[in-house]
Amino acid sequence: MAASKFEVPELKGYTTIPLLQKGASANIKSFLANEKIQEDLGFPGELVEDWHDKAIEKMGELLGKYRGLRVFMDACVHCGACTDKCHYYLGTRDPKNMPVARQDLMRQVYRRYFTFAGKFFPKLVGARDLTREVLDDWYSYYYQCSECRRCSVYCPYGIDTAEVTMAGREILDSVGMGQKYTNEILGKVHRIGNNLGLPGPALVDTLEGLEEDIEADTGFAVKLPIDVKGAEVLLITPSADFFSEPHVESLIGYAKVFHAAGISWTLSSMSSEAGNFGMFIGNYEQMHKVALRIRQAALELGVKRIVVGECGHAWRVAYSFWNTLIGVGAGADDPFAKMLQKQLDPRYPQPAHICEVTYDLLQQGAIKMDKEANDHRIITFHDSCNVARGSNMGGIPGGQFILPREIIKSVANHFYDMAPETVFEGTFCCGGGGGLLTDDLMELRVKGAMPRMNALKSVVDTHQVNFMATICAICKAQFTKVLPYYEFEMSMVGGVHQLVSSAIRLDPNK
Amino acid sequence: MSLLTITFALLFYLATAVLIGGVAYKIYIYSSTPVPLKIPTMPAPMTTTGVVMRMGREVVLFESLFKSNKWIWIFGWMFHFGLLLVLLRHLRYFTQPVWGWVVLIQPFGRYAAFVMIAGLLGLWARRILVDRVRYISTPSDHLMLALLLGIGLSGVAMSFFSHVDIIDVKMFMLGLMMFHWQELPPEPILLVHLSLVALLMIVFPISKLLHAPGVFFSPTRNQVDDSREVRHVADWAVHFDQ
Repeated sequence: MAASKFEVPELKGYTTIPLLQKGASANIKSFLANEKIQEDLGFPGELVEDWHDKAIEKMGELLGKYRGLRVFMDACVHCGACTDKCHYYLGTRDPKNMPVARQDLMRQVYRRYFTFAGKFFPKLVGARDLTREVLDDWYSYYYQCSECRRCSVYCPYGIDTAEVTMAGREILDSVGMGQKYTNEILGKVHRIGNNLGLPGPALVDTLEGLEEDIEADTGFAVKLPIDVKGAEVLLITPSADFFSEPHVESLIGYAKVFHAAGISWTLSSMSSEAGNFGMFIGNYEQMHKVALRIRQAALELGVKRIVVGECGHAWRVAYSFWNTLIGVGAGADDPFAKMLQKQLDPRYPQPAHICEVTYDLLQQGAIKMDKEANDHRIITFHDSCNVARGSNMGGIPGGQFILPREIIKSVANHFYDMAPETVFEGTFCCGGGGGLLTDDLMELRVKGAMPRMNALKSVVDTHQVNFMATICAICKAQFTKVLPYYEFEMSMVGGVHQLVSSAIRLDPNK
Repeated sequence: MSLLTITFALLFYLATAVLIGGVAYKIYIYSSTPVPLKIPTMPAPMTTTGVVMRMGREVVLFESLFKSNKWIWIFGWMFHFGLLLVLLRHLRYFTQPVWGWVVLIQPFGRYAAFVMIAGLLGLWARRILVDRVRYISTPSDHLMLALLLGIGLSGVAMSFFSHVDIIDVKMFMLGLMMFHWQELPPEPILLVHLSLVALLMIVFPISKLLHAPGVFFSPTRNQVDDSREVRHVADWAVHFDQ
């Protein structure tokens, strides 16, 4: 087991609700962004002098722009339904990680400055002045939320803590308190085109190397094309797919699917990132700016379809927001969106998830699998939070749960689901999503992964599961780091298309 | 006309104005605030009919709460549906002649008060006994339960133990509605009941009771899952497309 400075929760195979322990994770704080990082995004470099007034003003602005925030601030009745639903509460026991308490950090201030009751009877309704202490609490606890939306499934009014967290981060950014990890990455996307800061030539080299590896491995010249004008498909995938393990195995999987189905495709060196960290900080402008690169690449390359690789938050942004942000989708009547929508092939959903592509090809019999190739694997599937609760696939109810599982069952013989309350819409976040995948939050990440690790342990014990498939770059990176803390092999985690890659028949004659 | 009658008449006009005006204002705020992004909690219905069904299940069956916590669900449901029956029963004091179905539900409405009170006690017990719920409770959360219990208990007391002249009460209410005031019977228990009801009406639009209109405006529950088929842009975001 990895040496750690904190206590790693013990796994029982199921998760119980802990008694709360005040301040248990108060010391967990991610690094603040420095002046340079902040100013690159147009945010103040450090905490501004009039932060109090600026923060309240920003809050008022957001309340006027987002109906969700407005309703969520008013509607909570403190019923307690969400209190045991957050993986960070279950893992850390800190009561401020209960969704309602996390929301209340903002709701208390909302009541004080924006409601009659809070202005005149603050004590009675738990309203609080925005003090430096409160602001620091916001920073700590809004960066202890992975915006996974599990709480929103269980709230009788659908209050989504992710929306409150995003608003909190947006306000913090606007007064000069940004988070290093997320904001630094946003800067890289704007400068270079991807989260890892991998420049075009390096990317081309990497892809050539991969092509050689695949050919050496399989004997087939499977290509990983980049910047090919007139290709049918533009693949937008998380940049981790280009060189992180196990991510790259899925990239090879996508390439093999396109190869076997005879679909021409391309990556883009200018737009080589699916992840959109603009969502993490709730900033519409940043999210829009990041997404614009995809629109530009699609227009320049003249592609007919846009397909998104295995990436959870990216798929939420693509599925739910791209049509709004950049017009990738259908049904537009404005010139900005129509320009792109006329170019895209209306016979396919735009954008499409790589799982939708593979699933369709399997249904048509256009690609064939040798399931035995995965016989050494006993597989379970981790539903990624943003795919599960922020998107759909296949245009059928619950398609985001069905398609990946159907693909796994088509490429492997041994599949077992984890406990029902930990999958599908009730899935537990990996513990590293929403801008928390940074080493300075390792304690939080390990503790937050506990509910998933418990569910995994249960299927490992009962079915000898040795592979947890997932379709998210953050999940893969997070589990690779966290599994060893719980005495699992880090290689247990991998992509759905990693499994496809093992099983797919590349020989067109077979 | 006694001072008591005048006081209560004015109190009820005020309470009604605050309730209707306040809730209407809040509904105006909610409905006029834009929803810039599609954020339904998935899996979500793919048609408007589906959304109506989802909202119906949410409001009538408390579907999400049922998934979440069976204790809160059962107590919450007992309270809300007890209250609904009690409220419907009370229509007899505001209509002349009394509608047939209101007459029909009278016996159920009377006993529903006990269900409502049991639900409230259950919710209050959780607020005190469960450490997580205790942690998030504010004084107003307790006071709201006290207020509702006070209304329920004073109502039950009149209905089952210390009867009040119902005909006079009804005359008072009808008088209020027709702006032709009638004397209010000066029964202490009745005055307590009516005062608490007026207080509830007044705090409604400035308290967490806004969850009642709020739920209908919750984007995670009322949006259709059609983001790939329909482009959805808020007015304030249109300039990003230029």
